[in-house]
Amino acid sequence: MSVEIQQPPTEEHPKEKLLRMDRIPHIWCPTCGLGTTITAMATALEQLELDLNDVAVVSGIGCTGRVAGYMKLDSFHTTHGRSVPFALGLHIARPDMKTIVFSGDGDLISIGGNHFIHTARRNVDMTVICVNNFIYAMTGGQVAPTTPITARSSTSPYGNYEHPFNLPLLAASSGAVYVARWTALHIRRLTTAIKEAIAKPGFSFVEVIAPCSTLYARLNKLGSGLDLMKFYHDNSVIKHGADLREVDIDFQTKIVVGKFVDIEKPTYIECLNEGNKRVFGDKYKPYGVDHGDS
Amino acid sequence: MRFWRIPLDIDQIKIPRGELHIIKERCKGCAFCVEYCPKGVLKLSDEFNAKGYHPPEVIKPNECVNCDLCEMLCPDFAIYCLRVEECQEEVPVESKK
Amino acid sequence: MKAKSENVLTGAHYLDGNHASAEGAIAAGCKFFAGYPITPSTEIAERVARRFPLIGGVFIQMEDELASMAAILGAAWGGRKSMSCTSGPGFSLMMENFGLGIMLETPCVLVNVQRGGPSTGLPTLPGQADMMQARWGSHGDYEIIALAPDSPQESFELAIHAFNLSEKYRTPVLVMTDECVGHMTEKVVIPPAEEIDLVERLYTEKPPGEAQPFEWSNYDIPPMLPVGKGYKFHITGLTHDERGYPIINAEAQDENVRRVSDKIKRHTDDIIWLEEKDTDDAEIIMMAYGISSRVMQPAIARAKQDGIKVGQIKMVTVWPFPEKRVRELAGKVKALIMVEMNLGQVYYEMERCAAGKCQTLLVDHAGGTVHNPEVIYNAIKEAAK
Repeated sequence: MSVEIQQPPTEEHPKEKLLRMDRIPHIWCPTCGLGTTITAMATALEQLELDLNDVAVVSGIGCTGRVAGYMKLDSFHTTHGRSVPFALGLHIARPDMKTIVFSGDGDLISIGGNHFIHTARRNVDMTVICVNNFIYAMTGGQVAPTTPITARSSTSPYGNYEHPFNLPLLAASSGAVYVARWTALHIRRLTTAIKEAIAKPGFSFVEVIAPCSTLYARLNKLGSGLDLMKFYHDNSVIKHGADLREVDIDFQTKIVVGKFVDIEKPTYIECLNEGNKRVFGDKYKPYGVDHGDS
Repeated sequence: MRFWRIPLDIDQIKIPRGELHIIKERCKGCAFCVEYCPKGVLKLSDEFNAKGYHPPEVIKPNECVNCDLCEMLCPDFAIYCLRVEECQEEVPVESKK
Repeated sequence: MKAKSENVLTGAHYLDGNHASAEGAIAAGCKFFAGYPITPSTEIAERVARRFPLIGGVFIQMEDELASMAAILGAAWGGRKSMSCTSGPGFSLMMENFGLGIMLETPCVLVNVQRGGPSTGLPTLPGQADMMQARWGSHGDYEIIALAPDSPQESFELAIHAFNLSEKYRTPVLVMTDECVGHMTEKVVIPPAEEIDLVERLYTEKPPGEAQPFEWSNYDIPPMLPVGKGYKFHITGLTHDERGYPIINAEAQDENVRRVSDKIKRHTDDIIWLEEKDTDDAEIIMMAYGISSRVMQPAIARAKQDGIKVGQIKMVTVWPFPEKRVRELAGKVKALIMVEMNLGQVYYEMERCAAGKCQTLLVDHAGGTVHNPEVIYNAIKEAAK
């Protein structure tokens, strides 16, 4: 029995119905973790059996910002750092839809940091998938707020000396109700995490540690993207519910991964409705509930 | 491996079988599929695709267990696995040896 | 389509300009407001926050103006009529996503209650010095629609008009009011809902798979695509084609940028709204917008008593600039005089269009208070010599 079927583009990959095939191949480098993360999200959406018409994806700028352009969903490629507030507006206009922000560490946490923490504080019902490659890749490998101390980048040529953000701690302390971190290698656990995050009402956050071979690995002489994957394999420590003060990422040391936070808290729209109901009583028609008049 | 218990219902378990499909022209040669295939089914081939990468090739077609790991790890949507319903030949399970 | 009665506070009210702007927006069907407090615009947000709960709108106070502008774009794509208000430094912050609104051709309204600048400037005092920022504030080439009300009554009316223009031309629209108008309290008559005409958003009639988010080759103004209806469209702030896909080359840039500009330029006759008085036989024509058009009235009356034939143009829309009309008048009159509360912004557009065919004068003011009519009168006398 021969299983070697080497067919050109006419073949249909099972994830194609979630991809804009007229834009594939994508622009990302070989061994980039973004394609893998998209597969995880696509699988999660399939497993959740959601109506894909009711899912929107919003991205900012950067390598990960391009995700919106490849996913066959209502997809929005916005400005640098503003994916979260754009998604907030979209979510409030269409609370019946699932809003997923898919963006990078620089976009979400540096230029968009303020939006990130405030949207987490409000517990707006959205899922934020942050692909963390420790560097600004699209612009050529500059130091990021996630770059580990001593790691080199094009703007920290002698090694970074700034304290990086601990993203799960930031998200959790800002109010996120679901926080997980996995690497692109933990593909099944990552898929489960994305699935849980999308299903979770409220602000859910999944950090994905992803290899960047062209910049992060090259500038730090860490080998290829495959070598980074091997590093994740050997150095990831699964610790569900870990003390988030201890999940900082140092340069080429252990990476604590797992599901850290999974709590219940009323969402922004639930709070909005509750607050107004308290004051206006029956005169108030709860927002985001179909009254059959729109 | 030899310390693993042999399941009591080993005789009734059918090992799933998969058929690999490689879309060579999409491949960027990252080798994730080759590295992480638990059964060592793949290797990078010597041939080049149009982009100049070496796409993987199937070297042990009968050992694919349809675990989908290659499909999920592939960053370029260039490989996928389809379940083969009927097993044509019994593949010896390692633990039986 | 007519306004919905539950949104319209029909009757005679005593309102300040900011509250009137808010009422106008609500009457126009605005259901999403994202804003950040900044003097002297805050009363708009406050009014909306009070009014929204019982009419099904959502007011959200964002973390900053960057987020406010981004959120109203998101809500607009989600199908809501949305707006924000700001002033001074907040306007600068909004410029980034204002550009995204232009590029994504997103209908929404932004009210700038102008104060004195630059920087923190005069938070509590008026200015009209953001007019060029309104025109060119976001990077890149684009055309913009900007309205300037001169009273609370007009603040109400122009808020509705701004929403109508934004829907009609699928573009963000600016209402450039100022602290004076914003905090001036006057009688505002709000008509019955059935007397308020609204332009509703044009959505595509094509089914998913055939429709594109920027179908400019088949439409004068491309209809929008609704989210959540299976269109699975993509839109980007990058230079794009009709499908909304990024295309990074000179040809696509030319096509995209030109078309977004041309859709306004093609319709300037419809958009431009001037209130002219005595311009037919005038030897001097005064031009002004917003509060300055009211401030110049005593000076004009006095000059008329002196026998000077003074006409006036109140620019209800400042952008697009009435180039055609100014060129026409420049050949007929002795002088064109611009009265504005800045050191010369819209004046230079007037001077450009006059092209040396008549005298052009600027009555400037750095802001902080309105012009002294005496200064305007002197300028008329000077021009009439």
